[in-house]
Amino acid sequence: MRGIAGIAGYVPYRRLSRAEVAQVFGSGGGRGTRSVASHDEDTTTMGVEAARLALRSAPGAAPDNIWFATATPAYLDKTNATTIHAALRQPSDAGAFDFGGALRSGAGALRASLGADGTGTTLVVLADMRDGLPTSSDESAGGDGAAAIVVGDESPGAPLIAEYLGGASVSDEFLDRWRAAGDRRSRVWEERFGETRYVPLGAEAWESALKAAGITPEQVDHVAVTGMHTRAARALTRKLGVAESAVSDDLASTVGQTGAAHPGLVLASMIEQAQPGQVIAVVALADGADVLIFRTTEARSAWSAAEPVADQIAGAADLDYGRFLSWRGMVTPEPPRRPEPPRVSSTAAWRNEAWKFGFVGSQDRTSGAVHLPPSRVSMKGGAVDDMDPIDLADTRATIATYTIDHLSYSASPPVVFAILDFDGGGRFPVELTDVDPETVDIGDQVVMTFRKLYTADGIHDYFWKAKPAGVPAAATTQQ
Amino acid sequence: MASHGIKDRVAIVGMGCTRFAEHWDKSLDDLIVDAAQDTFDSAGLTKDDVDAYWLGTAQSGMSGITLARPLQLEGKPVTRVENYCTTGSEALRAAAYAVASGAYDIAMAVGAEKVKDSGYQGLNAFPIPNDGTSRTLTAAAMFSMVAPAYGRKYGVGEDQLTEVLARISWKNHQNGARNPRAQFRKEVSTETICASPRVAGRLGVFDCAGVADGAAAAIVVRAEDATRYTDKPLYIKALSFSAGSGSGLIDPEYDYTWFPECARAAEDAYRQAGVTDPRHELAMAEVHDCFTPTELVLMEDLGFAERGTAWKEVLAGTFDRTGELPVNPDGGLKSFGHPVGASGLRMFFETWLQLRGEAPPERQIYTDRTLALTHNLGGYPGEMVSFVSVVGTEPG
Repeated sequence: MRGIAGIAGYVPYRRLSRAEVAQVFGSGGGRGTRSVASHDEDTTTMGVEAARLALRSAPGAAPDNIWFATATPAYLDKTNATTIHAALRQPSDAGAFDFGGALRSGAGALRASLGADGTGTTLVVLADMRDGLPTSSDESAGGDGAAAIVVGDESPGAPLIAEYLGGASVSDEFLDRWRAAGDRRSRVWEERFGETRYVPLGAEAWESALKAAGITPEQVDHVAVTGMHTRAARALTRKLGVAESAVSDDLASTVGQTGAAHPGLVLASMIEQAQPGQVIAVVALADGADVLIFRTTEARSAWSAAEPVADQIAGAADLDYGRFLSWRGMVTPEPPRRPEPPRVSSTAAWRNEAWKFGFVGSQDRTSGAVHLPPSRVSMKGGAVDDMDPIDLADTRATIATYTIDHLSYSASPPVVFAILDFDGGGRFPVELTDVDPETVDIGDQVVMTFRKLYTADGIHDYFWKAKPAGVPAAATTQQ
Repeated sequence: MASHGIKDRVAIVGMGCTRFAEHWDKSLDDLIVDAAQDTFDSAGLTKDDVDAYWLGTAQSGMSGITLARPLQLEGKPVTRVENYCTTGSEALRAAAYAVASGAYDIAMAVGAEKVKDSGYQGLNAFPIPNDGTSRTLTAAAMFSMVAPAYGRKYGVGEDQLTEVLARISWKNHQNGARNPRAQFRKEVSTETICASPRVAGRLGVFDCAGVADGAAAAIVVRAEDATRYTDKPLYIKALSFSAGSGSGLIDPEYDYTWFPECARAAEDAYRQAGVTDPRHELAMAEVHDCFTPTELVLMEDLGFAERGTAWKEVLAGTFDRTGELPVNPDGGLKSFGHPVGASGLRMFFETWLQLRGEAPPERQIYTDRTLALTHNLGGYPGEMVSFVSVVGTEPG
């Protein structure tokens, strides 16, 4: 029996209020909010954050493979899953593969991972960032986010919190939505056409999946239909035959449709809200239809999410529309008049892989002094080559002092920079993110987060920043 | 381990210094030729009389050729040195040690920087290929962390601290207004200083040194030969240098209220020079006021004030031009801007004028004291190099 040993969603900190679009352009937008990846996030970094949470929720799991699916990969040619693999400090004998390009790749990766018993543990990571031209429905209805699912067989070290009952896929070649390689915006055919295709395809897949799972619609406790074609998703939902109370929040009004990530994100949300022994179904509409049906196990009752999706939705902060447009590259504000950073040296980055991607420093065996980055010679006592690696990515830190730099080069000035003292020892000066400069204070607790510092010559500079720990759910400070 | 110094073995017998400014119409070569020619004239020497040359430039050129070509030096030993913002002082240290060693009779140090050809504001370091994990902030941001840390440690409130920092800026602009070589020659009111736009942390524009092009130079000879070239040589009493290990950035014990590298360099310099009470022995000091909080804590690192008291001394006017120990009587980096390779030698130039009684009357310091100090630092709090010198008019 295969199933889920751990799961997490990741919703970035910022929200765009859709009403702001019409305030600027006189049209577009709508009600509610959409999630917005920070200027220093991409699908890879969001995938890392989701995967860290998922692995934290399944401490006994040891993935044999990492599969990464997104419709907006940070790199082509180069595998993005290896970046995630490095950031998670996974052993080198684990596989790391991308499922590239299509919106359907998210549901597809998840379904493939659940395929056959004895195929090991797979960490399935889904992430997406949805763009659209200003005032478009894609701009408003889209969202940014990630999900990570630890899929495997039942094992004593990593009990399944949800067993896979069965699923189905139906495929069809029709052009509802497409995007040429390199384009920022997607294009769609007349909406009615997609709806007339997706609803019957979804119904067909739904019926097959119920049969495979050996259940009836009435037995489904939680279901969500995802897809960029929201009319089709709603129409299909009405035809599923489930109890009205079983229809779960598809997160469209708060997060938006997160594309390839959305099936995973709503699945995480449903599992987090489910009781043991409940049936959960996800339907994903993209170039066909995919259905996955699970039943939560007794282990669900002892399980808790590392950071529930509902908490992340509640703990958000607003982002003004101007900054949204600049973060998405739709407008280009005047940058600080400082030289742009140079590209990262590939060789230097590789030599320092554990440090750069994993935030692994070194600790002097004699004095205990922590060195960030790792050092061969100790700053206390001068011992040479007598250090152990020390992994601080998951260690909390306290702000010893901080400053706000209005002049440094940044995609979103000002830069908030803090000197951190880590619990248990170690100091590091680092940039803060997902933070309101007005509310930072000495003594604040922060946690590390994997981010993209900048991009030069097509090379993304991935490294760690710090963000406030445990953002209070009520915080809705305006940036 | 020893740092013996070269007290009274070498003397400065000629100096020159260009105006520091945005010299849009002058190249690095022009600045070098201007400063060098003034210096040759000042010592009554020609380029051929000088046995060896050192050029301090942080990033305006590489190798000794950067000096040899504009001066058309033929076959001389010419070396380029770089050591962050202490670069100019390092050129003089090398030249002085070369003469002290007996290797040469006459050596020259030239410091020069052409900053304003970059098209950017501020100083911008050459990028060295790296792994992309060290976030470089502006220097202003790094030094802005000093003031709040100092305030907390010594119980100085934010408003009071703002007044202290504004007073430092005000003083240096007062002095710079009386210096024809300064970039900024206007007095600035404390109200204007406090109202200036924020750059980083609580630091405003007037808390920061400007950026300028400039050059300065000195010729050094053996002390016993000095009076051949001038009636009023400056004898080198101490040249001290200290490089930190960079551990301040990652050592939780570092508290951003002082610069250990500067304190170490000062201690060593005073030992070399035999100075035991700098505040009462020095006629003046030129210190590296890249930002106003830097000058504040330097007053303690250099032993001019007890720890935690410099802010009171600043407000009391102790370091004003007419105070007990004038600091930056030429206007400092604040008024001069900071052409990196030139600044250290520009500081020596002010001691050259002041100790010899050749400063313009409106800023001449009248005192019986015969010693002066110059101080440079480069880098950031936690990761710094520092230079301290003591020079005097009396041979030992």
